[in-house]
Amino acid sequence: MIGEGTLSTNQRKHSYVQERVEVGFFTDPSVCIGCKACEVACKEWNQVPDDGFTWSGNSYDNTGHLGASTWRHVMFLEQDRQKGNQVSGPMSLGDEDPFRWVFLSDVCKHCEEAGCLEACPTGSIVRTEVGSVLVQNDVCNGCGYCVVSCPFGVIDRRPQPLPDAGGAFKCTFCYDRQKSGLVPACAKVCPTESIVFGRLDDLRARGAERVQQLQQSGYRDAQLYDPTETSVRGIHAFFLILGEPEAYGLPPKPQVPTIYLKSAWTAAFATAIASIIATLAAFAFFS
Amino acid sequence: MPGLGTSFGRGGATTAQQDLSNADCVLIEGSSMAEAHPVGFRWVMKAKERGATIIHVDPRFSRTSALADIWVPIRAGSDIAFLGGLVRHIIENNLFFRDYVVHFTNASCILREDFRDTEEGATGLFSGWNEEKRMYDKETWLYEGEPNLSFPKRDPTLQDRQCVFQSLRRHFARYTPEMVEKICGISPALFHKVADALVRASGPDKTAAICYALGWTQHSKGVQIIRTASILQLLLGNIGRPGGGILALRGHASIQGSTDVPTLYDILPGYLSMPKGDGTEETLRDYLAHQTKPTGLWHNFPAYFISLLKAYYGKNATAENDFGYSWVPKLTGNHSFFEYLYDMADGKMEGMFMMGQNPAVAAANSRFQRTSLSKLKWLVVREMVEIEAATFWRDSPEIERGELKSEEIETEVFLFPAAGHAEKEGAFTQTQRMVQWRQKAVDPPGDARSEGWFMHQLALRLIAKAKKSNDPLDEPLRALDWWYPEDRHGEPHMESVLAEINGWSTNPQTDGDGVVFGIDRDGNPHHGAQIDGYPKLKSDGSTASGTWIYAGVFGPDKINKANSRDSKTFLGHGWGFVWPGDRRIIYNRASANPSGAPWSERKKLVWWDETQRKWTGNDQPDFPVEKSPEFRPNGNETGLDAIPGDAPFILHEDGLGWLHVAKGLQDGPMPTHYEPLESPVKNELYSRDTNPVVNWYTRQENRFAPPGDPRFPFVLTTYRLTEHHTAGGMSRFLSHLAELQPELFAEMSPELAAQLKIDNGDFISIVSLRGAIEARALVSRRIRPMQLNGKTVHQIAMPFHFGSAGPVKGSATNDLIPISGEPNVTIMEAKALGVNIVPGKLPRGPAFEEWIRKYIPEGGPPNLHPEQPPPGASAGAQSGGHGQQGRPDSR
Repeated sequence: MIGEGTLSTNQRKHSYVQERVEVGFFTDPSVCIGCKACEVACKEWNQVPDDGFTWSGNSYDNTGHLGASTWRHVMFLEQDRQKGNQVSGPMSLGDEDPFRWVFLSDVCKHCEEAGCLEACPTGSIVRTEVGSVLVQNDVCNGCGYCVVSCPFGVIDRRPQPLPDAGGAFKCTFCYDRQKSGLVPACAKVCPTESIVFGRLDDLRARGAERVQQLQQSGYRDAQLYDPTETSVRGIHAFFLILGEPEAYGLPPKPQVPTIYLKSAWTAAFATAIASIIATLAAFAFFS
Repeated sequence: MPGLGTSFGRGGATTAQQDLSNADCVLIEGSSMAEAHPVGFRWVMKAKERGATIIHVDPRFSRTSALADIWVPIRAGSDIAFLGGLVRHIIENNLFFRDYVVHFTNASCILREDFRDTEEGATGLFSGWNEEKRMYDKETWLYEGEPNLSFPKRDPTLQDRQCVFQSLRRHFARYTPEMVEKICGISPALFHKVADALVRASGPDKTAAICYALGWTQHSKGVQIIRTASILQLLLGNIGRPGGGILALRGHASIQGSTDVPTLYDILPGYLSMPKGDGTEETLRDYLAHQTKPTGLWHNFPAYFISLLKAYYGKNATAENDFGYSWVPKLTGNHSFFEYLYDMADGKMEGMFMMGQNPAVAAANSRFQRTSLSKLKWLVVREMVEIEAATFWRDSPEIERGELKSEEIETEVFLFPAAGHAEKEGAFTQTQRMVQWRQKAVDPPGDARSEGWFMHQLALRLIAKAKKSNDPLDEPLRALDWWYPEDRHGEPHMESVLAEINGWSTNPQTDGDGVVFGIDRDGNPHHGAQIDGYPKLKSDGSTASGTWIYAGVFGPDKINKANSRDSKTFLGHGWGFVWPGDRRIIYNRASANPSGAPWSERKKLVWWDETQRKWTGNDQPDFPVEKSPEFRPNGNETGLDAIPGDAPFILHEDGLGWLHVAKGLQDGPMPTHYEPLESPVKNELYSRDTNPVVNWYTRQENRFAPPGDPRFPFVLTTYRLTEHHTAGGMSRFLSHLAELQPELFAEMSPELAAQLKIDNGDFISIVSLRGAIEARALVSRRIRPMQLNGKTVHQIAMPFHFGSAGPVKGSATNDLIPISGEPNVTIMEAKALGVNIVPGKLPRGPAFEEWIRKYIPEGGPPNLHPEQPPPGASAGAQSGGHGQQGRPDSR
């Protein structure tokens, strides 16, 4: 195997930051039990405030989506499909009327080409030694350009009256913990290792192996969500998903908005030239 | 649970959670392990990754079901019918593990000729039933000609009509897959899927494990549900072997600990029965004569008990004064919490100390609990936050509705701030009998103190008062040996308590080998060297031990093994200490075949080494180490000497696993399907519906609906969410948990929602004969209507974490639950009851009274169920308390 192999690195000390090793999260819903320990550990370690006591009625998900005060979010999907060869009650014995409940812990993808980072005018958003994307909140001026530039809708500005309102927040990949050789809080507490933290190359191998293993044991719709072919050029937090990415609110082809800059600027430039010519022509005509 | 205690000998999980990863099949029933024990569930996921089949049997499709290979929806309260069906399937199709069953269980033992089964006339009653007393005379349940159970007559062919095996076969003969379908709503096809998976994963080179929790215990026949699982595991040969066993998943962090070193009223530490106060156990001699078994480990009862008295009373306990036996309180009746509650309601009890408990939310019939609390004169609550049990007098639904008025409640509430778990040191004993030491991380804030400090300081003050009095009633307090050293804040050294629990030689030495905390509060030598295991305990007063089963946790090597953190084996040896004797899988002699060799290479654990002439292997042998597998008693031996070399269950008089429990249970030697006390249907199998020995706690505030009552057509079952902790004192008040599940909801099927014209998210009111609560409807296909013999039965499921205090509020689901007493352990039936659903919110204020009278009219007799005795009738087996027979461990 590559690097340290595909065994779990969740409970080990490491020196990835010092060694400048690219790291990642691999999140696997086929073993996720929906306990939300990742959400709680994230908030506890990073001192993220609660964002309201609102019952959603959407399965067991009362968090809703990622945002300025939710850096890990466990989705609860109730679907009329079969999970692998699971027998869920009398209805699926003959494969009719299937049902499954899937949990997936969502997080900032830490894109290779990060829309937020490219849009940030103050230099608040930087890339770290381990390849993650970090918002430095003391530099952030709250302009919000990053919010519209994220192809996954991850980053957001924190509303009043929460602490540090106005600034943009998202998952830090527990950069502070990583600098001390610790594993990010969410991976550290995950009881079934649905969230695995480690070297990105190891995790990609692990992910590919897991997909193969699952497909062989009946999970025919298991696939990796790791868009390397689009302009985000791959993500540091990638997922195994059952079924299509749309069901998880993941864009099938995420794009960094800045790829449109060239054509946008070209169009703007052409328009400007055309206007100048038209203006000059008008003067010439009326003079 | 005397369920495990009577079946195998000890009231504790037979295996370790880590060992689940070695299972070839894991059956989880009566538990949502992924939700309530998420960390332990990692081992189930490991097993699954290794190819094991995970089965979850539960009324609702929970987070556990989501990860299982097979989810089996079952009607709440019908577990004995389902498991009994599996027992029948395995016997009738000759699928049991014959060598294991013949040698290691009492299948071959011959029963008395006058034993009568529930099947004769389908009465649902065993022989010995006394209708007037509502209890059994259990004599006919014994072995033929061997009332001591020590040396039973056996038929290894299992053909004798009177042998346990044939009796068991007849008992379950009618529990066919078709009957299972009628009672449980499980189709024969699904039933066979489970049966096949279990059988496929059992045998010499395979094992299957069973996990359960409060979904089995909180029933009117909870102990017998666990018994059925025990029978199943004995027939399949899965006890005492790696990847097998029954894992009792405990409801709290140290519930196992609180039965080992008990907070129960009727047992003393180490499952020693509380002496009876009815005159039969007035003297030490009578008591020991009653409790000491002629054969098996309990033959050493006097050593355990007298060592306990030496721990209590130190040098005040002498052979001359019967080691202070007269100072031990004697049991005069059932003093369970429910009895207290009724005394409170009737003004017979003035005050109460409450620690780690919130009955205003967590206990059955919590509405009645709150009104009863208001009758107390004083109440001491020790808590980290101001829970409902401390605020009921000013902030409760009863106050809001005008049923109670703050100014009329005389209860004086003393709220003591308590230290959190990171703010105090001590030991937890978790679900797999493992004692783990916990260090203090920070000092508690302000005046908050640990439980240890509170009890220690209270004891010091009470003893000082007693020393000033001449009252003979205070003599037991004056006799106590309260020697514990303390720090400058007055906190006792908790390790000195653990040292005493472990036990030591009573001959004081100042600085001898193996002595820890050897100096008392006056600076004098207090005790001698630590002992290294319970076989060292003596009945002559030369040893003391606070809990004999924990001996070895803090031995003469002066190492607190509860604090060890170096796991060396797949069973976690080197991490913590597991009672007894660090045996991780108990009854592990059963992991070898009768002649002492492993059943298979794949499943080997402990075996007989012929060259060394002793038992050895990968766990501490749970068997006399030098007893040859060939040994057979001649019938004159006592104690462990009487146990044959092929009998792994050494606490039992005959050394066997009990398919038939001849002694120790109140409601029958074999499990029988009875309907829940409130059920939508009649009993398909017997002419009686409910457990005959159950205590109904009949009272106007605690009425039960008769079977099939059209006013309460829906089955309610309750459960816990991962996001909250029981009554919510440790979760609802924390914003990071409260935001994850901020409101009470009721899960229901789309079919039921359509029938009641309810949309997802609507407010609904849920009514039972005890009260009414309000919740949001969570409509999901995770709950399904059941088909029971042509009748559609709808179930709903609700968590029970909410109350009127804290940042997130809601109704207390336990307002709906009736108080009842399972006959062996006095536990309530909280997992199956009858309710009605009314769309919309509950009326606020005094309007509630008028509203609820529409659904539960007042007046009339309190005993509405036809099998319920009138108030004041004999409480049956309950009247004696649950510690008299067997070695129960409760919850």
